[in-house]
Amino acid sequence: MLLGVGITFVAFCLTNIVPGDPAAANLGQRAIEDPAAVAAFRHHYGLDKPLPEQYGIYLWHIVHGDLGQSEQNHDAVTHDLGQFIPATAELALLSIFVAVVVGVGLGVIAAVRRNKLTDHVLRVVSLGGVSMPTFWIALVGLYVFFFRLNWLPGTGRLDPVVSPPPHLTGLFTVDALAAGQWSTFWNAFQHLVLPSLVLAASNIGLLTRYTRSAVLEVISNDYVRSARAKGMPGHTVILRHVLRAALPTVITVIGLAFANVMTGAVLVENIFSWPGIGQYAYRSATTLDLPAIMGVSLFVAVVYITVNFIVDVLYGVIDPRIRLA
Amino acid sequence: MSAQAPAPPIRLRVWQRRRPVVGKAWRHPLAIVGLVLAGAWIVIAIFAPLIAPHDPLAQTASSFAHPGWHHLFGTDELGRDVLSRVLFGARLSIPLALLLVSLALLIGGTLGAVAGYFGGILDTVVMRASDLVFAFPAIILAMVVTAALGPSVRNAVLALVIVSWPSYARVVRGLVLSTGDSEYVASARLLGSSARRALLREVLPNVLGPVLVLATLDLGNAVLLLSGLSFLGLGAQPPTPEWGAGVAEGTQYFQYWWIGTFPGIAIFTVVLAFNFLGDSLRDALDPQSSWSHGGDAE
Repeated sequence: MLLGVGITFVAFCLTNIVPGDPAAANLGQRAIEDPAAVAAFRHHYGLDKPLPEQYGIYLWHIVHGDLGQSEQNHDAVTHDLGQFIPATAELALLSIFVAVVVGVGLGVIAAVRRNKLTDHVLRVVSLGGVSMPTFWIALVGLYVFFFRLNWLPGTGRLDPVVSPPPHLTGLFTVDALAAGQWSTFWNAFQHLVLPSLVLAASNIGLLTRYTRSAVLEVISNDYVRSARAKGMPGHTVILRHVLRAALPTVITVIGLAFANVMTGAVLVENIFSWPGIGQYAYRSATTLDLPAIMGVSLFVAVVYITVNFIVDVLYGVIDPRIRLA
Repeated sequence: MSAQAPAPPIRLRVWQRRRPVVGKAWRHPLAIVGLVLAGAWIVIAIFAPLIAPHDPLAQTASSFAHPGWHHLFGTDELGRDVLSRVLFGARLSIPLALLLVSLALLIGGTLGAVAGYFGGILDTVVMRASDLVFAFPAIILAMVVTAALGPSVRNAVLALVIVSWPSYARVVRGLVLSTGDSEYVASARLLGSSARRALLREVLPNVLGPVLVLATLDLGNAVLLLSGLSFLGLGAQPPTPEWGAGVAEGTQYFQYWWIGTFPGIAIFTVVLAFNFLGDSLRDALDPQSSWSHGGDAE
């Protein structure tokens, strides 16, 4: 909550530091030469009031769900966000799902095979994963799987000839399934594969590393040895006793992965022409469209706070010793 | 000759005992690979004008030439030699990454040390400020700062310093808090050392190791973020040879794979080198988080 207010404050300061006159950006050339029109504009948006009062007006608007108008297309920022968030959500969720399954799996394998060849290979692989520039894997992936092999479609969320499924959640795959449009689902899914894998690469590296060390911390405990000694099969011990105890660390890293995905999304969406928040953020930042930048930042902050909250709640669920007060 | 054969290993062990950190790091092949890669890139950065076969800015008629004898990495849309551009790119990315990390380390480290040592309001202000920067997605903040100041290399570095100082502030603050409470710092203060002297002589040496690891790992990150900003057109401007901008060029001319692939490999190998080094350093300095000895708590 405090963080949210802080972010609005930083963004508000940015809007006042950044050179550029909102009146000039919003009014036409003719109007800008007419002092009366400029004054009217300033009065309408409260720009003629002292700064603290402007901030108050601004906060008041946010509380009422009004993030202002984008200076690029004069749409309400909330409208733009509503349009772009589902595309990014679909991409991010699939990417994080893949990263968690692969990363945690590899991390457990590395821990179980500690100091064996597999472990060393996985160490190099995970370091490689975090070292690869996202925008470069995206380019190479597109070249190989789209241009050369033609196994996967190129950019965008759907082939140009396919029309989007009826709007329900905005996630094309889910909407298509709900409407029973199998071919649309398949098309949307194929379009998702490459960008989400590209986005997953660095998170796989991250999760492998942290899962491995979390599992190693637990695996030498006495209760694990007793479980083994009483004849429990190896994989049951790992799943029931070790992984459960290692879970808090893993969940923290998954929270981190969300932040990574937001950064990666800016680059990946740019290459894949994915109409999501990342591209919106890029366009807003380069055109200095401050209401839009604010909207994106607030949205990301809300995601960040929500993810942290869920992580905290999950701690309590997993580990009865850390029940929330 | 054969009688003297066993001597070298013994001498090696003495050397290792005297400098345990270096010795341990050397036993990891990853550290060696990282050192060799990073060393090679630094040599390339220094001697690029001597190594590069062509002028990185010289435009020729043979645009989009395939990689071959005359142009090992091919040429781009203006007929410029991609290999030379990749080699010259090292002169930009590596010094800038070093500069960026040093600045972030200096600013973040100082703020963190002061916050941790003195506590109180100062601590609250520094930590809340770092919370704020953390909550803002780094790339968005960096994009806004560079877009507002005008896209250039200098502004990209500035933007990235603004987003990267908090991690140093946090780590240093944490370390200062834990060592500041220790008995040897208390005894130094009782012996009459000033706060500044205690910070520099007693606390600093204990903070240096972990911070060094963080900085090495962060070097890789810095290269990634800088090239990312340039990829988006917010860093180095054409015709400067820069790796991220090179990959961006590659996305324009998709079918000519060599234009984007080689600058990307350059970024990858540099970042990998720093990550290998940082990881091995961490192993050497902190057996707790070690990859090969991790979780040995018995």
